[in-house]
Amino acid sequence: MDTTQMKRPILDVRDLTTRFKTLQGTVYAVNGASFILDEGETLAIVGESGCGKTVTMLSILRLLPEPPARIDCGQAFYYDGTTSRDLLGLSRDEMRHIRGREIGIIFQDPLTSLNPVLTIGRQISETMVEHLGASEDNAKKMAIDLLDRVGIPSPERRYNQYPHQFSGGMRQRVMIAIAISCTPKILIADEPSTALDVTVQAQIVKLVAQLRDEFHMAVIWITHDLGVVAGLADRVMVMYGGQVVERARVNELYENPTHPYTIGLLGALPRLDEKEDRRLVSIEGSPPDLYLQPFHCQFAFRCPYAFERCWREAPPLIDLGNRHKLACFYDIHKGKPRDDIE
Amino acid sequence: MQRYLLSRLIQSIMILLAILVLVFFMVRVTGDPAVLMMPRESSPESLAAFRHKMGFDRPMIVQFADFMFKAVQGDFGNSLHYKTPALPLVLKRLPATVELAVGGLLIAVLVAIPLGLVAGSLPGSFWDSVARGLGLLGQSIPNFWLALLLIFFFAVRLRWFPSFGRDELSSLVLPAIVMGLPTMGALVRLTRSAVLEIRGEDFVRTAYSKGLRSNLVYVRHILRNVAIPLVSVIGVHFGYMLGGSIYIETIFSWPGLGQLVEQAIGWRDYTLIQAIAFFTSLAVVILNLLTDVAYAIIDPRVRYGN
Amino acid sequence: MAQSTIPAQPDSGLVIDQERTWMHQLKYIFGLLVRDRSGTLGLILFLILVFSALLAPWIAPHDPLLQNLSNSRLPPIWSEGGSWEYPLGTDNLGRDLLSRIIYGSRVSVTVGFFGVLIAAGLGLLVGLVSGYLGGRVDNVITGLVNLVLALPYLLFVVFIASILGRSLINVVLIFGITDAPIFARTTRGEVLRLRESGYVESAIGIGASRWRIIFDHILPNLLGPMITVATFEMSRMIFYEAGLGFLGLSVPPSVPSWGNMLAAGRKYLIASPWIATFPGLAIMFASLGMNLLGDWLRDVLDPRLRRIKK
Repeated sequence: MDTTQMKRPILDVRDLTTRFKTLQGTVYAVNGASFILDEGETLAIVGESGCGKTVTMLSILRLLPEPPARIDCGQAFYYDGTTSRDLLGLSRDEMRHIRGREIGIIFQDPLTSLNPVLTIGRQISETMVEHLGASEDNAKKMAIDLLDRVGIPSPERRYNQYPHQFSGGMRQRVMIAIAISCTPKILIADEPSTALDVTVQAQIVKLVAQLRDEFHMAVIWITHDLGVVAGLADRVMVMYGGQVVERARVNELYENPTHPYTIGLLGALPRLDEKEDRRLVSIEGSPPDLYLQPFHCQFAFRCPYAFERCWREAPPLIDLGNRHKLACFYDIHKGKPRDDIE
Repeated sequence: MQRYLLSRLIQSIMILLAILVLVFFMVRVTGDPAVLMMPRESSPESLAAFRHKMGFDRPMIVQFADFMFKAVQGDFGNSLHYKTPALPLVLKRLPATVELAVGGLLIAVLVAIPLGLVAGSLPGSFWDSVARGLGLLGQSIPNFWLALLLIFFFAVRLRWFPSFGRDELSSLVLPAIVMGLPTMGALVRLTRSAVLEIRGEDFVRTAYSKGLRSNLVYVRHILRNVAIPLVSVIGVHFGYMLGGSIYIETIFSWPGLGQLVEQAIGWRDYTLIQAIAFFTSLAVVILNLLTDVAYAIIDPRVRYGN
Repeated sequence: MAQSTIPAQPDSGLVIDQERTWMHQLKYIFGLLVRDRSGTLGLILFLILVFSALLAPWIAPHDPLLQNLSNSRLPPIWSEGGSWEYPLGTDNLGRDLLSRIIYGSRVSVTVGFFGVLIAAGLGLLVGLVSGYLGGRVDNVITGLVNLVLALPYLLFVVFIASILGRSLINVVLIFGITDAPIFARTTRGEVLRLRESGYVESAIGIGASRWRIIFDHILPNLLGPMITVATFEMSRMIFYEAGLGFLGLSVPPSVPSWGNMLAAGRKYLIASPWIATFPGLAIMFASLGMNLLGDWLRDVLDPRLRRIKK
């Protein structure tokens, strides 16, 4: 039963493929990733380091330097309330108006992501000056307001301070303030709490949740920590080796994981025989070699259920119903290869 | 910041004192400074007389204390050649060397920085190759040789510039070019690599992700960070120029401290050389200190230190 | 340990990865060199320099000291009056320039090589002591190092050289000692870095002895930076030796050195410019070669900097 409200998709990414040309060869970072983000929805993207989550986001926002990176194909339709445009086809200038204004992004390391020689106040207000045409004074007032809103004490004093005078958690709050300063429709958070202490992590997650509700933003939250996902996300997307392997609503994914990698991640086992005690599961093998062009399922190297079809072609994303998507040739519940994929 | 500057100041004073000690001992390193300072064919009697006159026959401690005491007041004794106090002679020659150094620095900065900026922003381009070539040449061409070449072409063959002396403004051109070339080379490389490195920094990506105009990102985010290491290097190189003008002044007959040193060596006028050595070191130390101050002001991480 | 062994699947067309042996590493580095033309050029120039120095007696066409006043100031081969017998011309005493330049490389290489050897050895020792022991010893040593580095280098080198007199040994010693601080600083920096990185702590944790730590862990990491610095410093020493020679403070005038030749050629700059030009070119190419080589070595030996093409 579909109980969620029907919302419009605000971001529709299709078949995004990004490659990097390096001295050691071509890196196939993102391979045919597709997903849809609805208005006001929170999508978590989960996967190990190097699985392409960050590159996907950077590709959509066109923040990758074109050599060595290259977006080989794909589309990313953004719906801003009136029209739907393919972000990957926009001009540099048009893209500039989207960044910061319609889509904000928070990066992983708040220390290196802030300019050390500018006051943080300036770094917040310059976005508003640029996109909202605010005067310097107005922008300053709004920035101080924002600092207060993200939970930084004595914001007037802090406005004139520099990044190195803040702690890690505070810096991340500043980054959040920067990202939401022009009330974007989408907020992308690329592992914002990974570099921080556990207690601070929880605070940041809570802050983002509050701001999301207050500003009615859609949020894409990238993480490799499933615990963070559970409290925050509406839907979850699992990536591996640049491919999307599974996508579903949070509860659905936790109750009914279907991809062998997801299952491995969640540490669950299919109950073929009624074993009461659960073992700690680890996924065998090493991370995928991204220098190999993936005409196959990237997880096949480590998958206990891989068979010859898995090496021949990359599994397409199929719909299991209930907005649950899967990219796998094997049916784990039936214990045999799927026969409904041509 | 104040604490940092204070400690630098103290360090500088210690270094200067240590240099005085060094200068004192250097003329005594062969054992008998009189032999060093008198003509080679001097008789033992004249050597002894000289030794007594200069006080070299006193116990070392006494000589040392006397030297240090006088030196901190600016008294380095009399030049053996000119027979007048050494330090005023040094001071009289100072402006010429400073003029040369400033000229060299200006040429270096005006060429190197724009070139380096372009090279760093457009790696692999024509200007990038020019910049890298210049950087390499600047560090590989021996300046004394370059001086000879420039004199040969521009002064003698083309007659555009004078080849010696300090009479007109155009006399400064050739020496300043030779003086500035190594610094130009170093600055081009530094600027270029600074731009390259900073462009790849996360905060520049953040700036773009905010949708800021390219020009704004370039000036406010990139350039401001590039300026910081540049300031240090410019200061240090200015010091090199002040201390390393010997060849250029000799070849171009430029009446500065470098020429004086070269002459003094010929005259074996070691009291004068001592004065020059100390004074030049003083200038360099002061310059380094000023550079540190400038750096501390520009870089907020130092200004509002942790 | 990065290679995954891929189970060979039927018709998969996949390549089975090989283990990266040291042979592969060497090939990789050589590939880097060939691809980097400036590094190759640097290496070639360096080799030319070294071979000239080593094989001088066999490749120089004439005796560099042989004076022949009737042949004085002959121009090089491409000018009017030049001949194949003296391809680069002769100086004011009729000595063959080409031979003198070839022999001059001996002085340069000796000064550069031994000077760097002494400086590196001294610097290594001082830096190790300073970095490893830390505390007061470190403070004192660093103070001394900073002192020497704060001196206007040229001035003091000239000062000392004028006092000690002209000889090859003096020059080598002067450079060796005055350049040691740079190596000391590099060494100390590396030692501190390694100490901070926990590398050393874990070694101590396993119970490794102090000497073991130094030899097995610290020294190998030092090799890269030291070689890079050594190359640049050697270039500088060749430079400065020539400079000293130019002022008449290097080797005695009877020994052919590039600096001496420049000094002598200065007088005849207008009439016979080649006498000064060629030694200068030699210095420039030697210096250039070492700088290029140093750049390339730095790129190769320090993986952290490999991302940024200098």
